[in-house]
Amino acid sequence: MGRSLKKGPYVDERLFQRVSALEQTGRKEPLKTWARRSDIVPEFVGHTFLVHNGKTFVRVYVTEEMVGHKLGEFAPTRVFRGHSGVKAPAAS
Amino acid sequence: MPRIVGVDIPDNKATFVSLQYVHGVGKRSALRLCEALGLDPTRPARELNDEELARLASLLESQYVVEGNLRRQVQQNIARLKEIACYRGLRHRRGLPVRGQRTKTNARTRKGPRKTVAGKKSVKELR
Repeated sequence: MGRSLKKGPYVDERLFQRVSALEQTGRKEPLKTWARRSDIVPEFVGHTFLVHNGKTFVRVYVTEEMVGHKLGEFAPTRVFRGHSGVKAPAAS
Repeated sequence: MPRIVGVDIPDNKATFVSLQYVHGVGKRSALRLCEALGLDPTRPARELNDEELARLASLLESQYVVEGNLRRQVQQNIARLKEIACYRGLRHRRGLPVRGQRTKTNARTRKGPRKTVAGKKSVKELR
């Protein structure tokens, strides 16, 4: 089930502040974050985040199209390396 | 046989059933269409006259996304997900279920015919 519109997007408070602070100084370095559950809001566009995937930080450059998704959607937590002995089918 | 928006040729079924042969029109919108034009939804579609057909067609074209346009829209939505490399997009790329279903068993609609692997335990044994 989707989130109630009444509530608006869930944005990690601290993360939003850090983005705002960056905005003040003019855009620059990527933001390391664990806030995978945070929605991507228009203010995030053009910033780069390092989103934790449980092990490392995945570099995510936020574009306009990503607004409305969550940061975690862009940092996969699992790596599928194929089954033993099976040749990987051609995937696009 | 009547003909509405392109190639769709419903037949001697009730109007609201025939309308559902149009991609993008289900029961709900079919009944809504009939209501909007003051048509009896249970009347056989063959009895629709040219004027009624024209009105149906114009309403479908102006208020609804059907057929080719709908298909294109869906494809574009999927392409967008693939483009931004979000989780759902990745699942589409791999041809796996997108909405969190299990893939240990089932998921055949997405994965296609079974590819049997020699020496792999059967589902029965796994339990």
